[in-house]
Amino acid sequence: MRGIQQRSHIVTSAPADATTPPSRVAGQNEDLLVVTDLQKHFPIRRGLLQRQVGAVQAVDGMSFAVRKGETLSLVGESGCGKTTTGRMLTRLLEPTGGTILFEGRDITHISAGKMRPLRRDVQMIFQDPYGSLNPRHTVGTIVGAPFHLQKVQTEHGTKKAVQELLELVGLSPEHYNRYPHEFSGGQRQRIGIARALALKPKLIVADEPVSALDVSIQAQVINLLEDLQDELGLTYVTIAHDLSVVRHMSDRVAVMYLGKLVEIADRTPLYERPMHPYTVALMSAVPIPDTGRRTKRDRIRLQGDVPSPINPPSACRFHTRCWKAQEICSTIEPSLAELSPGHRVACHFPENLIDLPMPTVHAGSSGSPQD
Amino acid sequence: MSTNTTPKHGDPAVRPGVGGFLQVKDLRVHFPTDDGVVKSVDGLSFNLERGETLGIVGESGSGKSVTSLSIMGLHPAGTAKISGQVVLNGDNLVGASPEHIRKLRGKNMAMIFQDPLSAMHPYYTVGHQIIEAYRVHNSVSKQVARKHAIDMLDRVGIPQPGSRVDEYPHQFSGGMRQRAMIAMALSCDPELLIADEPTTALDVTVQAQILDLIRDLQQEFNSAVIIITHDLGVVAELADDILVMYAGRGVEYATAHEIFTAPQHPYTWGLLGSMPRLDRERTERLRPIQGTPPSLINVPSGCPFHPRCTYAELNGGASETDRPEFVEISPRHFLACHLSERDRQRVWDNDIKPTL
Repeated sequence: MRGIQQRSHIVTSAPADATTPPSRVAGQNEDLLVVTDLQKHFPIRRGLLQRQVGAVQAVDGMSFAVRKGETLSLVGESGCGKTTTGRMLTRLLEPTGGTILFEGRDITHISAGKMRPLRRDVQMIFQDPYGSLNPRHTVGTIVGAPFHLQKVQTEHGTKKAVQELLELVGLSPEHYNRYPHEFSGGQRQRIGIARALALKPKLIVADEPVSALDVSIQAQVINLLEDLQDELGLTYVTIAHDLSVVRHMSDRVAVMYLGKLVEIADRTPLYERPMHPYTVALMSAVPIPDTGRRTKRDRIRLQGDVPSPINPPSACRFHTRCWKAQEICSTIEPSLAELSPGHRVACHFPENLIDLPMPTVHAGSSGSPQD
Repeated sequence: MSTNTTPKHGDPAVRPGVGGFLQVKDLRVHFPTDDGVVKSVDGLSFNLERGETLGIVGESGSGKSVTSLSIMGLHPAGTAKISGQVVLNGDNLVGASPEHIRKLRGKNMAMIFQDPLSAMHPYYTVGHQIIEAYRVHNSVSKQVARKHAIDMLDRVGIPQPGSRVDEYPHQFSGGMRQRAMIAMALSCDPELLIADEPTTALDVTVQAQILDLIRDLQQEFNSAVIIITHDLGVVAELADDILVMYAGRGVEYATAHEIFTAPQHPYTWGLLGSMPRLDRERTERLRPIQGTPPSLINVPSGCPFHPRCTYAELNGGASETDRPEFVEISPRHFLACHLSERDRQRVWDNDIKPTL
């Protein structure tokens, strides 16, 4: 595809084995985003007076930070709250508790008017390339909209800026006058990416950016997102459920279950030594394209489906499906503890504890490390 | 699940489309439209035995879903021009009357669809839908059918089946709905089960449960299973044989083991190489297949993959003009490609194998 050949001149300017792109050198790792005890409860109302009778506890006490230039992925299954978290980070939803600090500034409850200028810095790429573009607008209108909405003046006019953006994402400038329905899914996703990049944001929240695309196109778009990150110094928060894609794209990974953060770590330690039983089960459930492993796999089978976030289990929310659960798990909620540098886990009986100093969490009676 | 070391076909020279419980021979499904003829399936052949699983792998526009709908006779009359043969247990389905197909559907062959919420009727309870399917093919009383429905729900792992049988599809979670659809499909003990992307819409832990369930049920009922998916991990789990489709045609067909250890078609190489894998070292960049899947109205001349194929120029122009035949290149390994044996081996050894 022409776009890929155009991209290659940017890629080859860095050595093939570069592991630290220029935007991520040490000294640039201040926190762009700090989230503390983030909470979102959706009220359930009944009756004539619409009284609140309960709440969907979609996100309940998430705390994490995102360093400048890195890619943090939120992973988890349906109902874990990852999309809700992503929408709170972009303030498409207002949190019901906790705080969000963007570049040190508290944006948790600021008004729409005050938020508007910040929208230049925080943008979103959506999952559905068919639903996220207005079918009645041309590509030029869609990608040019941020300039008009934010009243940004460009050097040579909006059209020129839009065409440069289209080239940047591997589309042709001639696509300016076309409509979304004339493009394939992968191309539409590129249009969405161009739109997100228009105002040179600092942070992009990408909600399942490739899951709606074919396998061979996924690889193209993943490579594009990575190239853009290196070139433009972007910070990504990715929301995804495909663990193979997440491992490829992320620097750090946060695992969510039923509105809670259960494990957060750098990519390699998380995939090599997952500690939370849910993470272990998640990893073992991913189908591997290798027929030789079929019978030998020690898969952990979780029983049943994820419980409802309206009435989540007490204390540790995973205890109803956890094979290691004991009484303490249903009475005392485990807090997120740093069990090894940069690796935080919320569990009373974590897995894979090898030669670690005993933390204050009740880990003494855990089983032997999973092999 | 049969081990795939001993070919159950018996004769190693068995060709796809010859012999077998289900034989598909040179199937073509064309849809005439205002913009031209959409050639969704254009010359497909494969066969399948009971107790075995065939995985059909392909991306959007490869024709895999249209193939399954054609086998089931689910294209509305007058929309599709179907030619070729689909022979189920000696019975040719192409050109058979709709009444005949309807008798077979549900009883001899059944299908599980991708999205259970849109595949099941929202106004009827799950029990009603299973009972309806069962009573169409078996003359039994409502009570007997209801008991059977509850048994099936229990068999597929739905808790409290006695009460859940009276619930509506929207009251089930995604994984449970898919199980209910499997119960509906299997209620009449079909000999052939087609699963069209059965787990794409499901979470990975639920997907694992559903795949285990399909495998267990296949062993119990000795059904022939066709699983259609774009996920190579899923076919590695379930399939004995794999057929790779591109632009409505089969491009490679071999045992699952062969496809993953010694694939021979550039498209298969591209698919395997473009996926990030948990069981391999992480690479800095993925290697996508350049270009996009072709339009099925204007299928590229010659080999439909040639605009995207890195090795097309090695064939001296044949890729652009001649359509490659689907031939057997080694026992039970079929391929449609112009690359010479020598070129293919060289590319495999030097370029592909070290990277997979």
